[in-house]
Amino acid sequence: MKRLIAVALVLCVITLSAAAQQNVRLRLATTTSTQDSGLLPILNPPFEKLTGITVDVIAVGSGKAIKLGENGDVDVVLVHDRKAEDKFVSQGYGVNRRDVMHNDFVVVGPSEDPARVAASTSAADAFARIAAAGAGFVSRGDASGTNTKELDLWAAAQVKPKGAWYKEAGQGMGEVLVMSNDLKAYTLADRGTWIAMKDKLPGLRILSEGDAALFNPYGVIAVNPQKHPEVNYMAALQYVAWVTSVQGQKIIREYTMGGQQLFTPDAVK
Amino acid sequence: MGRAFELLVSGDREVWFITWTSLRFSMSSALIACIPGIPLGVLIALRRFRGRRVLLAVLTSLMALPTVVVGLIVYSLISRAGPLGSFGILFTPRAVILGQAILALPIVVSMTASGLSSLDPLFPEVLTTLGASKREVLWMSVRQSRGAVLSASLASFGRVIGEVGVAMMLGGNIRWYTRTITTAIALETSKGEFELGLALGMVLLVMALGVNAALHWMVRHE
Repeated sequence: MKRLIAVALVLCVITLSAAAQQNVRLRLATTTSTQDSGLLPILNPPFEKLTGITVDVIAVGSGKAIKLGENGDVDVVLVHDRKAEDKFVSQGYGVNRRDVMHNDFVVVGPSEDPARVAASTSAADAFARIAAAGAGFVSRGDASGTNTKELDLWAAAQVKPKGAWYKEAGQGMGEVLVMSNDLKAYTLADRGTWIAMKDKLPGLRILSEGDAALFNPYGVIAVNPQKHPEVNYMAALQYVAWVTSVQGQKIIREYTMGGQQLFTPDAVK
Repeated sequence: MGRAFELLVSGDREVWFITWTSLRFSMSSALIACIPGIPLGVLIALRRFRGRRVLLAVLTSLMALPTVVVGLIVYSLISRAGPLGSFGILFTPRAVILGQAILALPIVVSMTASGLSSLDPLFPEVLTTLGASKREVLWMSVRQSRGAVLSASLASFGRVIGEVGVAMMLGGNIRWYTRTITTAIALETSKGEFELGLALGMVLLVMALGVNAALHWMVRHE
């Protein structure tokens, strides 16, 4: 019994000592695509070294990331959903939005291509063909930037996505790609995650790409300190400055996977 | 499968850090739950009061509480928009430990209570007759049922080390900070790295076994 109590005491000390170590932390809410593509693990360490600020990355869908900003639970957001971003700023939750970079979305599907998407003339046409064929489609269904873009494309194709062929997964990009691969279904993916994962998706290939409607821009926005005085606004602006700086943009431009560039910087050309 | 063990043996700093984080969070939360939980369980077992059965039933049902529900409730409390937002503990280790301690508490209380209930009802009476004070009776009862108390704490440890809902929602799966084995598994699965996820699962199992074995050994060698 005494020994048990001694062990318990030691554990208490460990817990307290671990809780005591504090340094400046910046909370960044971002999309799964920036994290899963491996960009942030390359982009953030030089910033941390330069400023002594530790960046806590919380990778969720764009919708949730913006929600975390609205609640003041994070200091800065890096997302890709222009409409939601503009609303976030116009409602006064976010300030100092800057364009960071872009990549694009691609429509991927089974190599056999039962809906003949490869012959489509636009992204909307591709979606119309999938719906007309009743071929399987896996939707993110999670209010992420990719999900918003997908719903815009259904609207452009004048299709109400409903029925057994349309599966709302409610999961991240990686899971949805894996599911599409297993179900031999179509899906919309950001090119970064697609390139990062395509080796694990032998059944899928790109069937439609290049349409202007598939453009996917990312913005960085600081949370308004007037709405939430407790956010670390100074650190947030330093981070905005870093990702839009010449060095930050160079890291984004030079980040490749399998010899392919994943993102094109927009702040510094 | 060999990959994670390779990583462990080769001393991959991140895998060790994640393992240590998991261990630290679950030990702390189980411990924090035991501090009020064991005395509460003892009182419920040895005292007779109105509503005791109802309380026990409620506690037992709370053991089945989904982790995401606990996560959601604590989240809404400690979010900046919530009543406890000014402490700013969301997405920190403290938030995870708090959530997991809440998850562990009903297990500790109800298992301690049921463990002590199997104590011979004459035991406290005999002690009282022999001149023991109330406090001594309580203490001796706990000592006598230390196996049950240990099982209660181990069960609560097992519940929190394997859960992902609270750790993900309140910790945010932040690398080098709040990433635990379970949230790392969720992340690796989302990236399609099933082997690494599976292997991390094995690490979790080995770790839980180790902690169980160590505590049982300590009790045996009193």
